[in-house]
Amino acid sequence: MSAPAKLPRWAELGLLPAVNLVAALLLSGVIIRLIGESPWAALKLLADGAFGSQEAVGYTLYYATNFIFTGLAVAVAYHAGLFNIGAEGQAYIGGLGTGLVCLWLGAWPFWVVLPLAILAGAVGGAAWAFIPGWLQARRGSHIVITTIMFNFIASAVMTWLLVNILIKPGQQSPESREFAANAFMPGLHTLLGKVGLAFTATPLNLAFLLALAASFLVWLLVWRTRWGYALRVAGQNPAAAVYAGILPPRVTIAAMLLSGALAGSLGLNELMGAQHRILLDFPGGAGFVGIAVALMGRNHPVGIFLAAVLFGALMQGGSQLSFDMPRVNRDMVVVIQGLVILFCGALENVARVPLAALLARLRGEKEAE
Amino acid sequence: METYTLIVLLLAATIRVATPLLLAALAGLFSERSGVIALGLEGMMLGAAFAAAAASAVTGSVWLGLGAGIATAVALALLLAFAGVTHRGNQVVAGMAVNIMVAGLGPALALAWFNLGGQTPQLEGAGQRFLALTWPWADAARAAPFPGLLYAELLSGHNLVVYFAAALVPFSAWVLYRTRFGLRLRAVGENPSAVDTAGISVTRLRYQAVMISGVLCGVAGTYLSTAASAGFVRDMTAGKGYLALAALIFGKWRPYPTLGACLLFAFTDALATRLQGVALPLVGVIPVQFILALPYVLTVLLLAGFVGTAVAPKAIGAPYAKEK
Repeated sequence: MSAPAKLPRWAELGLLPAVNLVAALLLSGVIIRLIGESPWAALKLLADGAFGSQEAVGYTLYYATNFIFTGLAVAVAYHAGLFNIGAEGQAYIGGLGTGLVCLWLGAWPFWVVLPLAILAGAVGGAAWAFIPGWLQARRGSHIVITTIMFNFIASAVMTWLLVNILIKPGQQSPESREFAANAFMPGLHTLLGKVGLAFTATPLNLAFLLALAASFLVWLLVWRTRWGYALRVAGQNPAAAVYAGILPPRVTIAAMLLSGALAGSLGLNELMGAQHRILLDFPGGAGFVGIAVALMGRNHPVGIFLAAVLFGALMQGGSQLSFDMPRVNRDMVVVIQGLVILFCGALENVARVPLAALLARLRGEKEAE
Repeated sequence: METYTLIVLLLAATIRVATPLLLAALAGLFSERSGVIALGLEGMMLGAAFAAAAASAVTGSVWLGLGAGIATAVALALLLAFAGVTHRGNQVVAGMAVNIMVAGLGPALALAWFNLGGQTPQLEGAGQRFLALTWPWADAARAAPFPGLLYAELLSGHNLVVYFAAALVPFSAWVLYRTRFGLRLRAVGENPSAVDTAGISVTRLRYQAVMISGVLCGVAGTYLSTAASAGFVRDMTAGKGYLALAALIFGKWRPYPTLGACLLFAFTDALATRLQGVALPLVGVIPVQFILALPYVLTVLLLAGFVGTAVAPKAIGAPYAKEK
C-alpha cells in the first residue's frame, strides 16, 4: 500500500482510475479483435444494451445495486486495512436471513417485513464476517485465507439447506417456495408510478434506494465520525492507532461486522426484489465484483456508485451483446472484470509513476513561464 | 472382503483426486516460501487446463498440450510476478484478478475457436490424453487380493502425471532444504533484506519461484483436462486452487506435511462421493456437503491455532523495496 510516487488528489481519484480503466478496456478490445469481432461495434452494442432504453437502464441499475452493497462491504474492510474476499459468502448467508424472514413472515404487512428483512440480512452477513474478523483480531489468522474458506463453507451450508430443508416439496430444483406477495420489494416503476412518472417495469426496485442510503451512511460513518476516524487510523497505521488510544483488534472486528452487514444486504435486491425465493448461488459472483468495484471506486461511496453502475452496465450490456454477437458472450464480461481488477488494483503503480512524472513536468513548465 | 475392496478403491480414487491438488500445493509452496502469496493458483491451473485441452485437440498430441498448458500458466505467473514483485502491487488483488480473468477467458476463447458452448472438443485416445498405465502383471495380480489388488489399484493403473507428482514431493524437499537455491528461496521469504545485503537479487529469486509455481500449475491444469477428463469445461478447477492453498497452509508450508494434507483433503472428497446417500451405523446419512466442507473447516481451525499452529513465511505478501 506504499505509493512509490505521489499524485495530486484529483489525479489520484480521477485520472489514475480513468487511465487504468481505459487500459483494461483497450486490452479487452484486443481480445475481442482476436475472437474475430469488431471491438468498436461491440462497445456500441454494449453501451446501447446498457443505457439505450428505460428497460436497459432499469436492468443496469438493478445489477449495480448488488455491486454497491458488495463494493461498500469490501471498501469498509479496506479502510480498516483488511482485505475481505468473503463478501460472496457473507451475501449468501445474509440473503438466507432476509429470505427466511420473507418466507416466515410474508403474511405480515410490507412495512413490518421490510425492517425485519433488512435486519436479518445485516445480522446474517455480519455473523458470517464476525468469525474471520474475530479470528484475525484475537488469534492472528490471516483474514484473506479465512474469508476464502468461509465462502466455501457458506456454499456447502447453503447447498445442504436448499437441497434438504428449504426446498419446496415436490420440486426438483433446489429452490424455496415463492415468498408471499407482501414480502416483495416494490419495483421502482410502481413507486415512480405513484408519483405520476411512467417507467418501464424492470427488476429495479426499492433496494436501489436502500443501497444509496447505505452509501450515504457509510460516508457519514467513515469520514464524519470518531468511529470512522479510528477505523481509518487503525487501517493505515496500527502502531500509531495504539498510541492514539485506539484498539486495533476491536476496530478489526467492528469493521468486519459492518462489512458483512453491507454484503448481507444483497438479498434485499436479489431475493426480495427480483427472485422472490431463495435459490442456489444467488450472489452469482457479486462478492468478487465488489472487489473490482471498491478498487475502481477508490473505496469511496461516490466512486463505488460510479464503478457499480459501470459493472452493472457491463452485466446488462454484455447479455445484450451476446444476442447480437454470439461469439462474444457473458464470459467476455468476466474477462473485463478481471482486467479491471488487474489494472486498477494490482498494476496501478505501473501507470502511477509515468503519470506523476508527466504531471510534475507539466507543472514545472508552467512555473518556468 | 467386500469392505477391503471398497477401501482399496477408495484409496485409489484418493490418489487420483490428490494429484492436481498436490501439484498446485507444491506450486504454492515455492511461491509462498519466496514471499509471494499464491492466490493465483486457481487461475493458472484453469488457464493451463484450457490451453492443454485446446492444443491437444488441435495438434492431436497430449505432449504439445502439456507444453501449451505449462506455457500458459508460466505466462500468467509472469504477469503475477510483474504486478506483485516488479511493481509492488497487491499480490492478493493480482491473484484474484488472474483467477477472475481466466475464468472468463477460457470459455470465451473456447467458444470463439471451437464453437461448442465454451468447451473444447472431446479428446480421444492415447495420443490426445494421458491414460492410465498398467504395470506388468497387474491384471493377473488382481486375482490375489493381498497384495495383488493393492499392486494393481494403488501402484499400477495411474497416468504419468500421478507418478510425476509423487516424485515431485521428495524432489521439492531436496531442492528446498538441500540446495543453495532452496536456502536462498527460504531466506527471501523470511528476510529479503538480508538476502539483498548478501548481494543476491530478491526480484530474480522471486521471479524464479513464481515461474516454478507456473510450471507446476501448468502440469496440474493439463492433468485436469487431459487425464482426469477428456477436454476443458467451464470452471473445471472448481476451487481446487484454493483447496491447494488450504492444503499448503495445513501442511505448514513444508513438502511432506503438504502431501499429507493433500491426501487427507482428497480422501474426504473421495469419501464424500462414496458416502452419497449411504446410511452409516450410529450416525445415519452424513450430508455430502459437510464432508466436502471439512477441509475448509479444518484449515480455519488450524489457522486459528486450535489444531497446532501454522506459521507463514515472515515476508509473505510484502513487496520488497530496495531503497528502504
